[in-house]
Amino acid sequence: MKDFIIPDDRDFGTPAVKAAAMVTLEVDGFEVTVPTGTSVMRAAAEAGISVPKLCATDMLDAFGSCRLCLVEIEGRAGTPASCTTPVAPGMKVRTQTAKLKQLRRGVMELYISDHPLDCLTCAANGDCELQDMAGAVGLRDVRYHSVENHFEPRRTGGDLNPQWMPKDETNPYFTYDPAKCIVCSRCVRACEEVQGTFALTIEGRGFDSRVSAGMASDTFLSSDCVSCGACVQACPTGTLQEKSVIEIGTPDRSIITTCAYCGVGCSFKAEMRGDEVVRMVPWKSGKANRGHSCVKGRFAYGYAAHKDRILKPMVRETIHDPWQETTWEQALDFAARRLRAIQDKHGRQSIGVITSSRCTNEETYLVQKLTRAVFGNNNTDTCARVCHSPTGYGLGQTFGTSAGTQDFDSVEQADVVVVIGANPTDGHPVFASRLKKRLRKGAKLIVIDPRRIDLVQSPHVRAAHHLALRPGTNVAVVTALAHVIVTEGLMNEKFIRERCDWDEFQDYAEFVSDPRHAPEAVEALTGVPAAEIRAAARLYAGGGNGAIYYGLGVTEHSQGSTTVIGIANLAMLTGNIGRPGVGVNPLRGQNNVQGSCDMGSFPHELPGYRHVKNDSAREMFESLWGVKIDPEPGLRIPNMLDAAVEGSFKGLYCQGEDILQSDPDTKHVAAGLAAMDCVIVHDLFLNETANYAHVFLPGSSFLEKDGTFTNAERRINRVRRVMAPKNGFADWQITQMLANAMGAGWSYDHPSQIMAEIAATTPSFAGVSYDLLDREGSVQWPCNDAHPLGTPLMHTDGFMRGRGKFIRTEYVATDEKTGPRFPLLLTTGRILSQYNVGAQTRRTANVVWHPEDVLEIHPHDAELRGVKQGDWVRLASRAGETTLRATLTERVSPGVVYTTFHHPQTQANVITTDFSDWATNCPEYKVTAVQVALSNGPSDWQEDYAAQATLARRILPAAE
Amino acid sequence: MQVDEADVCARVGDILDAHGGMEGPLLPILHAVQDAFGHVPMAALPVIADRLNLSRAEVHGVVSFYHDFRSQPHGRHVLKLCRAEACQSMGGDQVADRARALLGIDWHQTTPDGAVTLEPVFCLGLCACAPAALVDGRVVGRVDQARLDSLLDEVRA
Repeated sequence: MKDFIIPDDRDFGTPAVKAAAMVTLEVDGFEVTVPTGTSVMRAAAEAGISVPKLCATDMLDAFGSCRLCLVEIEGRAGTPASCTTPVAPGMKVRTQTAKLKQLRRGVMELYISDHPLDCLTCAANGDCELQDMAGAVGLRDVRYHSVENHFEPRRTGGDLNPQWMPKDETNPYFTYDPAKCIVCSRCVRACEEVQGTFALTIEGRGFDSRVSAGMASDTFLSSDCVSCGACVQACPTGTLQEKSVIEIGTPDRSIITTCAYCGVGCSFKAEMRGDEVVRMVPWKSGKANRGHSCVKGRFAYGYAAHKDRILKPMVRETIHDPWQETTWEQALDFAARRLRAIQDKHGRQSIGVITSSRCTNEETYLVQKLTRAVFGNNNTDTCARVCHSPTGYGLGQTFGTSAGTQDFDSVEQADVVVVIGANPTDGHPVFASRLKKRLRKGAKLIVIDPRRIDLVQSPHVRAAHHLALRPGTNVAVVTALAHVIVTEGLMNEKFIRERCDWDEFQDYAEFVSDPRHAPEAVEALTGVPAAEIRAAARLYAGGGNGAIYYGLGVTEHSQGSTTVIGIANLAMLTGNIGRPGVGVNPLRGQNNVQGSCDMGSFPHELPGYRHVKNDSAREMFESLWGVKIDPEPGLRIPNMLDAAVEGSFKGLYCQGEDILQSDPDTKHVAAGLAAMDCVIVHDLFLNETANYAHVFLPGSSFLEKDGTFTNAERRINRVRRVMAPKNGFADWQITQMLANAMGAGWSYDHPSQIMAEIAATTPSFAGVSYDLLDREGSVQWPCNDAHPLGTPLMHTDGFMRGRGKFIRTEYVATDEKTGPRFPLLLTTGRILSQYNVGAQTRRTANVVWHPEDVLEIHPHDAELRGVKQGDWVRLASRAGETTLRATLTERVSPGVVYTTFHHPQTQANVITTDFSDWATNCPEYKVTAVQVALSNGPSDWQEDYAAQATLARRILPAAE
Repeated sequence: MQVDEADVCARVGDILDAHGGMEGPLLPILHAVQDAFGHVPMAALPVIADRLNLSRAEVHGVVSFYHDFRSQPHGRHVLKLCRAEACQSMGGDQVADRARALLGIDWHQTTPDGAVTLEPVFCLGLCACAPAALVDGRVVGRVDQARLDSLLDEVRA
């Protein structure tokens, strides 16, 4: 078994069955009671009896091909396969009889007759189910000697063996060695059932059957394979094997931790040998991922040991000087003196912090505490400003909490799923796999996105409706959906009367019923056929459990908050709140963006979303911290930069965030940073922001520290230290050292103490402790006396704010408009293999899938401009210009172009403007008017930037 | 005979249109493609997969499962000789050896002049008249040496 390290993690052979009715049977004389529909194999496993098996695993449906799991059942003829035989009341099963032993041994002999006997030098040695089963059945001799086989490159006479195939090593992370394959189909089934990509098949038949990625001309790399690792996980032999295991050997221990990439928050087993990570394996008991993973979490952890990582603190007088390596003490002293000097000269409000959505809750809490308790202001902000701040505002106003309402398991019970402005197969791949599984079982899908994302149509998935709206018209589309629901009487009046404010509903109903919100009236504006909107609205309102999942395509607009409110309205109108299978679910971008918001990273909110003007909340922290807290909200990121350009904001401590690359209007960000006297960057790498920094504090990776991340379903997951920090300290220690260098006198010895302080001060975290997390694995906040084990579903009995609040959603066009100079609309997004600004994934082999950002353009728009596939093009907006390669695709509509922002060479955010959400300043990344033209090479800006970056990254070693 | 990829896509598109609305359409479509091209060109697979909402791996899995779906064009004539037990017992092996020797090719191969492709087949249901053969879809029974020679003359002409 692949999960050989943790005995509790044993494989039950077939998936658990969720059925209320129970069946009692007898296995080898032991009575066992299991849900109806459970396989005999699983029932035996639950009784503690492992029936030998090869093609069965509890991540996959039973297949019944290996013929090893045979059992005898009293009163039944023959020897049925236990994996495909369901239990029956009173059944008497024998798993070990003379006949069975002989049959199994015979089957194993046949398997081994076509398998190389190279166990000692095989990478799967000690981690091979074929090896285990040979032992389990007592295989002592193989009577058959193959004339034809698949594993010898040459036949006995020296001729080439046509059945032998060389290894496929095209995937950077795992190899496929056909010589070791037993054709159990587990990889093919994992790709289909778990991942939902259908990249693998069995080609040929009989003796010619082989696992094939794609078609005959494909390799693993050229096939549809997304490198999620499910096939590698499923393989019972060394056929599909991680290259890291081939190189290092088998691990000797494993530690459960949480992935540090996206907001799904997958649980992983970090399998270690010494302090080297051998591999990351998705943990079956992880409640967010249920044993699945994507290419990033599974394989792209190599950045933590990348040579670019900075391990020594560095300082410099000005940003034009080279970096000077120094000691921690000197660097922190330098930083503290500069910050205090700025405050002395420019006032208490002249410095601030940016907390990281990549660091732990505990670290984020300390950074906002630093500004509130030590700097004496509320100048704290976080990258949620530029992603999901409208979610916080919109859901806070309507429901009373700024977080998703469901757990991910909920999708298994959804009947109609609406995906708005999100691309889960790229941005949240493990959730996408769970969604696709549900869709294959019959749930209907509505996609609202300007781009034809993979979910619109991919193998075995087809959206019932794709509303391909013009970027920037979300509010008009969402309001038109509400118009149809209200005017056609499809709303759930009982729910609205019981759970929402009736007067506010009537006001809203009057507003949306206005004919100007009809799908027909907005068709010209949105570009979506009215009939499609009507059909989608009817399906969502009447199709059973309706669940909405949305992403940054909703929030990153000038009306982001309005769209979130509109989405909440839709859910309340139809009563799709407060039970499994429904809800409003923001797909959070970063691993801990939910947590960083929860921890008081915003300038107006203390931890737990309590306004700084709230005296009682302030007093709680004041008495604990022994300081006065400023009752006035501080500066948001854009305000900090504006103030810096004006000269009133001079110092910034930026933890684990690259605002220069990720924030809009790069030139403005650069100008703001360049105007500051002390920029402290705390990061793994010399990121783009560090080009403008005076102090660099080396950060620690998620593998090197303890803490917690909170994912998109409010799940607080433990992050566990699996190795010592290469830079010497965990990030929470570094923040503490900086605070103490400024005289704070903090004395935390372990993040659990920080969590205890969070629990003591924040009602929704009151019940959270490391003991509880170790015991339960994870909990979803609110976790307190009322919900001691957390809250998987929110608003079950009533909304957090009392009654659900309907708010009018008037469409206001963005000021960013197309015109003769900039006739196209640019929208931006992510791709599966890269993550955010790419600081991590660009430093892994993931670059084979996405070596550079490219511009997607419709063939019609390309032809008008003489642009061909792969041409260099200049992409220009009112804010700036850059160059990149074009790819022609009908994924985007005519008039719309699309790119990603993973590579600093491209810097898509040079193009994006500083328009932002009216309520929260979340930037309007998703709509920029642009022009595209053929180009010869990098823009002036790109060349200047590259030159500046090279200069800014010079490092002098520490003077000895 | 090399086929142009754009031509394949267009013609396969027409075949797919003709099968619109059919339940379980993959095998009928593959037969129609083979009828149109004499084989199933690899370029057709992604087109079929896309229309049927399958992956190209799945379509490849089905195509490769059936020996009758060919990945390469066959010769102008296809000679299939039965290799099943009844025909073997009636001298099928000798007939097969003679066919391979006279044509100068092995199983699944096509003569250099493109005239004949030789294929094994396992039971044509004609055991009473064994050894049996299939020439361009026409069944022939009692294939002894003389009848084989005349069949070969026919297909090599």
